[in-house]
Amino acid sequence: MRYLTARKRAIGKGASHSGTEHHWSMTLSAVALAFMVPSWVYVFGHALGQDLDTVRATFSRPFPAILTALVLVIGMRHFAKGATMMVEDYAHGTARKMSIIFVYSISTMIVACGLYALVRMAI
Amino acid sequence: MAEVKRVARPLSPHLQIYRVQMTAVSSILTRITGNALIVGVALAVWWLLAAATSPEAFSTANWVATSWFGDLVFTGSAWAVWYHYLAGLRHLYFDAGHGLDIKTAERLGWGCVIGSVLLTILTIVIV
Repeated sequence: MRYLTARKRAIGKGASHSGTEHHWSMTLSAVALAFMVPSWVYVFGHALGQDLDTVRATFSRPFPAILTALVLVIGMRHFAKGATMMVEDYAHGTARKMSIIFVYSISTMIVACGLYALVRMAI
Repeated sequence: MAEVKRVARPLSPHLQIYRVQMTAVSSILTRITGNALIVGVALAVWWLLAAATSPEAFSTANWVATSWFGDLVFTGSAWAVWYHYLAGLRHLYFDAGHGLDIKTAERLGWGCVIGSVLLTILTIVIV
């Protein structure tokens, strides 16, 4: 039983049926990433090519570790939502569903692997 | 009788006949770079996971990450991240209601392309 009128349910939602929620979420993560990514590129670029002990020492320090965790969590959420948008533009039906599931699975797995690595190096 | 003579109707513009424009190219590049970055991120996280796991795992991942393949992926990712970064800032600027006239939008598009190349070179020099 629906207590809302059809008009009330539709208003403010637009053609996407979900309003501006997706766009706003992308804006939030984009601004967060805009502040973090330059430092992260520097941290990662410096660590890459070093020997194992240096790499472990780098990522056990608070700043590189917390920064990497934030970039991974927020970056992968930004990716999952953006890639879903691309899938929705080009794929339909079952192919669309499977692609979206794949996108969310791979981004969640990357976050899990990254966080596990950071925790293990920190302790 | 049905009329068999073909009428020269106007054709609606589609990708193959539409003149390529800066705004369209900068838009699709944003999507391509954003999605392609998953490759660089996956390689980076594998390398990080290997560093946390064992010296053997690290030597394998580090070998790949610093090989010509790793260099290709990370250099490409550096350009992709900077292009996507600048294009994202441009979108935030657009969202605020600025820069939407054709001339400014095209200039901003070129700004993203040239800026991203410069930032990539800067990244390679610094790190």
